[in-house]
Amino acid sequence: MAIFLTKDSKVIVQGMTGATGMKHTRLMLGDGTNIVGGVNPRKAGTEVDFDGTAVPVFGSVAEAMEKTGADVTVVFVPPAFAKAAVIEAIDAGIGLAVVITEGIAVHDSAAFWAYAQSKGNKTRIIGPNCPGLITPGQSNAGIIPGDITKPGRIGLVSKSGTLTYQMMYELRDIGFSSAVGIGGDPVIGTTHIDALAAFEADPETELIVMIGEIGGDAEERAADFIKANVTKPVVGYVAGFTAPEGKTMGHAGAIVSGSSGTAQAKKEALEAAGVKVGKTPSETARLARELLGA
Amino acid sequence: MEKGRTRVDLFEYQARDLFAKHGVPVLAGEVIDTPEAAREVTERLGGKAVVKAQVKVGGRGKAGGVKLAGSPDEAVEKAGQILGMDIKGHTVHKVMLAQTADIKEEYYVSYLLDRTNRTFLAMASVEGGMDIEEVAATKPEALAKVPVDANEGVTEAKAREIIEAAKFPAEIADGMVEVLQSLWVTFIKEDALLVEVNPLIKSGEGKLIAIDGKVSLDDNADFRQPEHAALEDKAAANPLEAAAKAKGLNYVKLDGQVGIIGNGAGLVMSTLDVVAYAGEKHAGVKPANFLDIGGGASAEVMANGLEIILGDPDVKSVFVNVFGGITACDEVAKGIVQALELLKDKGEEVTKPLVVRLDGNNAELGRKILSDANHPLVQRVDTMDGAADKAAELAAAAAK
Repeated sequence: MAIFLTKDSKVIVQGMTGATGMKHTRLMLGDGTNIVGGVNPRKAGTEVDFDGTAVPVFGSVAEAMEKTGADVTVVFVPPAFAKAAVIEAIDAGIGLAVVITEGIAVHDSAAFWAYAQSKGNKTRIIGPNCPGLITPGQSNAGIIPGDITKPGRIGLVSKSGTLTYQMMYELRDIGFSSAVGIGGDPVIGTTHIDALAAFEADPETELIVMIGEIGGDAEERAADFIKANVTKPVVGYVAGFTAPEGKTMGHAGAIVSGSSGTAQAKKEALEAAGVKVGKTPSETARLARELLGA
Repeated sequence: MEKGRTRVDLFEYQARDLFAKHGVPVLAGEVIDTPEAAREVTERLGGKAVVKAQVKVGGRGKAGGVKLAGSPDEAVEKAGQILGMDIKGHTVHKVMLAQTADIKEEYYVSYLLDRTNRTFLAMASVEGGMDIEEVAATKPEALAKVPVDANEGVTEAKAREIIEAAKFPAEIADGMVEVLQSLWVTFIKEDALLVEVNPLIKSGEGKLIAIDGKVSLDDNADFRQPEHAALEDKAAANPLEAAAKAKGLNYVKLDGQVGIIGNGAGLVMSTLDVVAYAGEKHAGVKPANFLDIGGGASAEVMANGLEIILGDPDVKSVFVNVFGGITACDEVAKGIVQALELLKDKGEEVTKPLVVRLDGNNAELGRKILSDANHPLVQRVDTMDGAADKAAELAAAAAK
């Protein structure tokens, strides 16, 4: 089953013809992703060859959807143009927009999020500033390396890209149903809670690993959600126990002020909800292994 | 994947300039950095002035950083007292001299991002002039919070909704609409993460004036905010942080002994934690810095990062922790070898041990490059926890 993305997903790439878009479109195709088109108004009508696979370029998301039945878009458009790209995807009514672009101004992400809401939330947004999501063996929408692990019974949701890869690597012998990198920006579309709800409903997922980091209160709210709604075992990890107050550690989310949003507060909230929280990524992987008897 | 994003907090005088630019009413004021300059400015301001320390920390009034001067001579004296003063660890390098105000009432207004609800938020209160976090804690009913849609903004109707929620008096409502709308323009046009006026006063003549304020800017918007670069406080940056920034590296100086380099903000934060835990067994050594070389880093980026870390006299050992996702581990390994050669060529002998853990994309190739180079100071440890332990052990030994 997996969540949000399957082998049947028809994927287009906004910004496919740029250097990053080209590189990752090739990788996504290699992972089996059904990429049906790219979007670039200046190159509409052309085709791009990826090792023998010709991918057509369309003038707009709406045109690509009409001609191919695309239902997922992966956005690699540079920050200055990302807001317009996401709004175009929302206007076209695509089901899922995975926004990889990093460095988008908060006013822009707040604007496209508000826009998605005003259009009735028909487009699920993942990101921005995220590695995307992968359903191993089926489809990869983003930049998560496809060769770390195989299909399996763990669901993973994470704010951090490299910690996603690290955790997939630690548990590579067990495998994953889906892994979703939701991004660490202050305004993101899909949250921990959205992914937890989807994994709870996914029959192939037996255990959920949730990775958080300092800043905001998303982990605390996820803890409340787990307590009330999640019956599957959840293992957690929170990065940033030793981060000093008032410093930004790369993610805007990772700003600690006062006690709210600290790693300790998040760990305590998760443990109170019955989540086993590891001190390090390796310990977290061990906890998952124990719970699965693997 | 994740590179730097910084919240740029401005000084009061810079906030005041931005308010003035977008039509938020402010008083005349000028910034000086020598006591003597206070005389002429105070004369221009009408013979008296409020002398205000420019520091990016709250509580300056209680610390003696704000004084009233009744004459130009007194302004020189007060400026002399405040300049150089230490306020909660911040040295005062500049003071603002501002016109004095006839304060009848003090209010509070701000706009900021509400992360939890993923919307902008207006906050307003009749309890101005106090620390707003204290108001929120002790009198939460006195702090109105009104969501503002990013695409609709603060219309007149929205402004009146804020005014009603904050229970601002009817006689200032029309003036308050103008202040709320011009403050919103400041928030939007400057790509701010926070604009705050505290206090917003009502003067004896019934006018609303912003007396003090805070602005934080989003540096992800620098591409469309060319004027913001000039607002950065370069003097305050740590020299290592400044050198790293010049090379486009996302680096934060910390106070420990183990230099850290990794890829991805989450993994590097996690590395700091793992090193701090390992340090508990090794004389309490701690991470010396945060350094994220980002996704897809080249050998050159790696070499730049290593040069910064090795240039930090506090660093006793270095832990390079890379999980190759987009980043290829052979590039990282080449970067390490290159950096060591580069430093040798410069005549800077490297004496600090390096512990390297490479996993993921091209890890085997990367490990082979390190083994072939066979540098006496470089050790490979292939698990994150094991490598952190080794780096902490080496730092503790070197610190003895």
